[in-house]
Amino acid sequence: MSAEDYEARLQAWVGRELVAERRGQDPVNVPMIRHWAEAMADANPVYLDDEAAKATGRPGIVAPASMVQAWTMRGYAATVNPVDDGSSAGFDELVALLAEGGYTSVVATDSEFEFQRELVPGDHISVSETVESISPEKKTGLGTGRFVSTMKTYRDQNGEVVATQRWRTLRFVPADKPKPRAKRPRPAINADNAFWFEAAREHRLVIQRCSACESLRHPPGPCCPVCGSFEWDTVESTGEGTVYSYVVAHHPRHPAFDYPLLIAVIELPEGTRLTANLTGVAPEDVEIGMPVSLEWLDADPDLTLPVFRPAVPKKED
Amino acid sequence: MSRAYRDVRVGEELPELSIPLTRTMIVATALASRDYQDVHHDPSLAAERGSKDVFMNILTSNGLVDRYVTEWAGPAAVVKKIKIRLGAPNYPGDTMVMTGSVTAKDDSGRSVEIAVKGVNAIGPHVTGTVVVQLPEGSEG
Repeated sequence: MSAEDYEARLQAWVGRELVAERRGQDPVNVPMIRHWAEAMADANPVYLDDEAAKATGRPGIVAPASMVQAWTMRGYAATVNPVDDGSSAGFDELVALLAEGGYTSVVATDSEFEFQRELVPGDHISVSETVESISPEKKTGLGTGRFVSTMKTYRDQNGEVVATQRWRTLRFVPADKPKPRAKRPRPAINADNAFWFEAAREHRLVIQRCSACESLRHPPGPCCPVCGSFEWDTVESTGEGTVYSYVVAHHPRHPAFDYPLLIAVIELPEGTRLTANLTGVAPEDVEIGMPVSLEWLDADPDLTLPVFRPAVPKKED
Repeated sequence: MSRAYRDVRVGEELPELSIPLTRTMIVATALASRDYQDVHHDPSLAAERGSKDVFMNILTSNGLVDRYVTEWAGPAAVVKKIKIRLGAPNYPGDTMVMTGSVTAKDDSGRSVEIAVKGVNAIGPHVTGTVVVQLPEGSEG
């Protein structure tokens, strides 16, 4: 079926009845008005106090205007256990036609009421719905879709129109949202090692150095394992190292990582070693002693880590 | 206590109204409007359908816009139109702050148009206009 055919079949719905006239279960009544006014915290006295309503020039109490739709709602039993009485055959048919075009999701966007008169207890309201327009396909934040405008007409027991409601829904093709990847496990950062992770966020691989004896150490710690001094500063590594040792992790699998996962101990030319992932190399190609170069992995906004890639051999010419 | 048509001026602002969106209120208003769709009262089914929680139904958005304007306009006001556009869902635990201002007056029907907005922590939940008919003088 061509796109033109589909468009024509959709547009044939304009003006057609979607839901046949259906009468509300109960006439306008005080208990339901009270239930509504209490839930909305609406203290307008004309809804429940006959004298107050008369004081405004009305013959007695009236129902809230916005409540007109509530009088025609199908209620609990029909919601949880729908009975096909044929009244919404048109609606079902249009929903199926929209689904044929991929428009399977729905969200209401607009409601436009016009009220012809106020409702009073005893009015018995019915509603019918016809299609006003079906828009061309549009791109929206939710996905590609079509706006379907319908008109609901509310009538009283004498067939007089008491209110109309233009109702617009967006029928759309749900956009495929890529699932955000799980975050890497958080490192245990404390007062003694925070500097190292902060430097990493700035893409600097630093090594802690004792201020007293100038010994380098890693992982970071509060005091020098050689001379015992608590004074320290840092030097920045060149990032050119060699694989000192490595393991290939297969299980258990953490969703933040790709497997097989290469975890290596890298020896830096400055003399310290650190644990980091290897990247850009298959497990079978890793060798002890192979030269590797530092790269930075900005894993997420809060975590940057060093990784190492096989070094590009220097051209000798 | 009702507002008189002649006393209303275009540009006039309605007092702000903060409505706490409790879980009980979201469920109670859905049921008071006879809306038994599970997304308005069952958190786990709402989550299954892709919503982070239950959320307010549209009949209630209309009801609160109605209430907001008629609280300002007074009991003699007759609501003629409520036109709303829906945006960010009203989830439990949030607060919707309603604001409004008079945008037009029509002498022939003593009708006043009010632009209304209800904003929650995510953004505008509802924006729209309401038209009410007001009594002429102070007799209302």
